[in-house]
Amino acid sequence: MSLDPSFVGRTYPPTAPYQVGREKIREFASAIGATDPAHHDPAAARAMGHPDVVAPPTFPVIVTMAASSQIIEDPALGVDYSRLVHGDQRFAYTRPVVAGDELVCVNTIEDVSTRGGHGFLTTRTDVSTVGGDPVVAVWARYVIRGEE
Amino acid sequence: MELPAQTFQVTRADLVRYAGASGDFNPIHWSDRVATKVGLPGVIAHGMFTMALVGRAVTEWAGSPDAVVEYGVRFTRPVVVPDDDQGTEIEVTARVREVTEDGLTRLEVTATCLGEKVLAQARATIRTAR
Repeated sequence: MSLDPSFVGRTYPPTAPYQVGREKIREFASAIGATDPAHHDPAAARAMGHPDVVAPPTFPVIVTMAASSQIIEDPALGVDYSRLVHGDQRFAYTRPVVAGDELVCVNTIEDVSTRGGHGFLTTRTDVSTVGGDPVVAVWARYVIRGEE
Repeated sequence: MELPAQTFQVTRADLVRYAGASGDFNPIHWSDRVATKVGLPGVIAHGMFTMALVGRAVTEWAGSPDAVVEYGVRFTRPVVVPDDDQGTEIEVTARVREVTEDGLTRLEVTATCLGEKVLAQARATIRTAR
């Protein structure tokens, strides 16, 4: 597996907006057992100063994982999806995601390397509102395992 | 300072539910046939599900669901989830590395399954005073 290092620094066009629904936040929170009322009850979220229910910290991955297909399925980069392993994940929040957000992702390839026969790919996804206000920056590092 | 340990039970049903809620339908998280074919001991939890449970522990320690400023992990070992009613357990502990003057607390988090660490470099920064 050899990835083309000339892709470092490449930024992809913004993705189509993702509409964050109240029921999606509730569903995600329930799936991870997060029972805090701020994830489920708009009144509880408003009492904390948010416009609607608040998403748990890892919720943005729903949006960024879909957006990252731009990179992972880029035929020019040539990632073999069947050999892809999720190595690292990191979020830096400007604010939590809330229901009603319309989120746009801009993907950048931060690092590409090949070591010991394995490929390494680090992506950064800047998630902002359609109005351009930053919400969260998300980094993922993938390992593309080499042939045995 | 050590924070009180939190334990999360993980069953196959939890993985199916997380797959639906997150949209991650990779069959290694629900099919033993596919998981063993790619060399895993069996169905494993989504790394992001483990990260979500650890995130729950972090917001619990913070005392607020919107207090996380930064959160990152490295996935080092798969969490194997047997097909029975008990599933497995993830234990999460943390220690406070630093409290900054501007009200941020940096945590070093440890997550283990059957006594083995499943994450490395697991760190969270939380806003303490509101």
